[in-house]
Amino acid sequence: MTAIAQIRQSLIVALWFMFLTFPILVIRVNTIENIIEWRWVNMLYAGAGSFLGSFAWRYLLERKSRAAGKDGGPVRTAEATAAEAKPWWRRLREERQYRYPALSVLAVVATIFPFLPFTSTYQINIVTNALLYVMLGLGLNIVVGLAGLLHLGYVAFYAVGAYSYALLHYHFGIGFWTALPLGALLATLFGILLGFPVLRLRGDYLAIVTLGFAEITRLVLENWNEFSFGPSGIAGIPRPGLFGLEMDLHGATIYFYFLMIALCLLTIFVVNRLQNSRIGRAWVALREDETACEAMGVNATAAKLTAFALGSTWAGLAGVVFAAKTTFVNPASFTFLESAMILSIVVLGGMGSILGVILGAFILILTPEYLRAFSEYRMLLFGLIMVMMMIFRPQGIVKGERRIYEFHRKPEDRE
Amino acid sequence: MDYFLELFFGGLTRGSIYALIALGYTMVYGIIELINFAHGEIYMIGAFTALIVSSVLAFAGLSGLSVLFLAAAAAIVYSAAHGFTVEKIGYKPLRQAPRLSPLISAIGMSIFLQNYVMLAQTSDFLPFPSLLPDLPFLSDLEIGIGSTEAIILMTTAVSMVLLTLLIKFTKMGKAMRATAQDRNMAMLVGVDVNRTISYTFIIGSTLAAIGGVLIASHIGRINFYIGFIAGIKAFTAAVLGGIGSIPGAVLGALVLGWTESFATGYVSSDYEDVFAFLLLVIILIVRPSGLLGRSTAQKV
Repeated sequence: MTAIAQIRQSLIVALWFMFLTFPILVIRVNTIENIIEWRWVNMLYAGAGSFLGSFAWRYLLERKSRAAGKDGGPVRTAEATAAEAKPWWRRLREERQYRYPALSVLAVVATIFPFLPFTSTYQINIVTNALLYVMLGLGLNIVVGLAGLLHLGYVAFYAVGAYSYALLHYHFGIGFWTALPLGALLATLFGILLGFPVLRLRGDYLAIVTLGFAEITRLVLENWNEFSFGPSGIAGIPRPGLFGLEMDLHGATIYFYFLMIALCLLTIFVVNRLQNSRIGRAWVALREDETACEAMGVNATAAKLTAFALGSTWAGLAGVVFAAKTTFVNPASFTFLESAMILSIVVLGGMGSILGVILGAFILILTPEYLRAFSEYRMLLFGLIMVMMMIFRPQGIVKGERRIYEFHRKPEDRE
Repeated sequence: MDYFLELFFGGLTRGSIYALIALGYTMVYGIIELINFAHGEIYMIGAFTALIVSSVLAFAGLSGLSVLFLAAAAAIVYSAAHGFTVEKIGYKPLRQAPRLSPLISAIGMSIFLQNYVMLAQTSDFLPFPSLLPDLPFLSDLEIGIGSTEAIILMTTAVSMVLLTLLIKFTKMGKAMRATAQDRNMAMLVGVDVNRTISYTFIIGSTLAAIGGVLIASHIGRINFYIGFIAGIKAFTAAVLGGIGSIPGAVLGALVLGWTESFATGYVSSDYEDVFAFLLLVIILIVRPSGLLGRSTAQKV
């Protein structure tokens, strides 16, 4: 396309968006005082933004279609791929001599982070929060990323975990360490219970049913006052103890931070092992093609159910931790937006990729914390990210790598 | 008996509004097999546009039916424009992608539009003026139906008839049916598929805008979040009747409206939304193809 045609098209787009956003962006009515506010400057922003945006949009679309064309070409051999220079971040990930030092540096940074002079309690807290989302993201990654089941009701299980700890403590005085496995167990049971009837459904129906279940769970928690104390929630949930040690708030925060790191490591370990196990490969096969997978003898229902149950387990664990972290639970923490946030972590990071999910959680949780001005636009951006990622980079920041099994001939077979 | 009638008409009104929104879901699903999560937001934008335009007009000194018609027209134009744009940006580049991709894109669109309206307008509930005129002769008839309800029922009925005529007898309707049956084949026989899909979104959004104006006048207040719940309920209605089927969507919406109305009237009003979701879950488990839908065997 020539430059003039490009500009003309962008002008049309800009005019269209100025028209489209006119009533919502420009006019604001105050129905109580009967004032109408005209914000014409917003129209300029919308026009300029869409004018520039449409150039980027066309460029990215063109790049995407060019990349798709390249894939259709002759199959590249393994040697040719290896001969290409790998970018540094790939080398860091894949080659041993870089990978282990990098990991150790990361471990050291993670260990000394809370003791650095410039880290405040607040900063440790938000990193802990990000780690909590790493856990949730990795849990959801089992269901969405590996098994390819779009689960929009993940918070329901998160809520089950949080409320199990809150209620078990309230009624029986059970502590954090007992509640942790119990909450996970309850969430798993809940997952299996819901999974049985639901998993026969096709992908998009599954999405909406899980969403429905999550809303039911939240509404029940909100309205069943005798059971869950309604919208006011349950307060006074104790933080986890450490052999009866007394800690001040800062100390408790640091303790919690390390607890979270340990739980994340456990999650990473388990998910990694699961991914390459028989059941993990069954999940990936299921995601790629359900019919072919069943034809190969994989029990699709069982595989889906395990994915669902294991995903729920992690939500339950994270729920207990969340209750202990905030010392307070109420239904407002478990809305659909929370599910959407966890889903966008998985989508942004890369479905099926552990590293991707970790990066995704840190980006999505920490960026709004550090850029305060931008935090009210957070959900707006999440929505935008979900759309843009699906269109331009469906594999996410880090592509989930499938393990490749290579076939080597014995030397004597070779002629 | 009076109470029963009241609930019956309440359910009918509710159901007919759900039907207007559900038709958008069902038409889009029929044609590109996508649950258009952003559809509820289109309806919300329709309601907001109507509120803004009617307030501006009221400020300018207009009143009565002219406000209603201008506000409704603006709502329809803007909803249709939003529906069209959402499809062009969010779904069109993903025609060939795996099924999950457009679905996630649709969820993203829905979140984006909700927050766009919240940031540009307000997160509070806004009072919506009652635009619908009074029909005094109805109170003389004493059948337990108010004028708002009557107008809603009539508008819905007229819209349904028009839609049916449009789909049955126009060239565009024929193209839509062909695309829904088999997109590639439709393309081969010369149907402009992209344009047909755009039309589908525009028609669905128009119906949603009508629903938005009606329900907002009926309830009397709106905020940016109304589209989410209404969208899910309308989707429930579409699934209930058999997604992809237009009479099914209407039937499903009426069943849903009555279920909600009677359940809140006789059981408990706290769990109003729970009944809708429960109905959805039960239907999907017992009869995934819906009341009027046909179950199709998966071809390999």
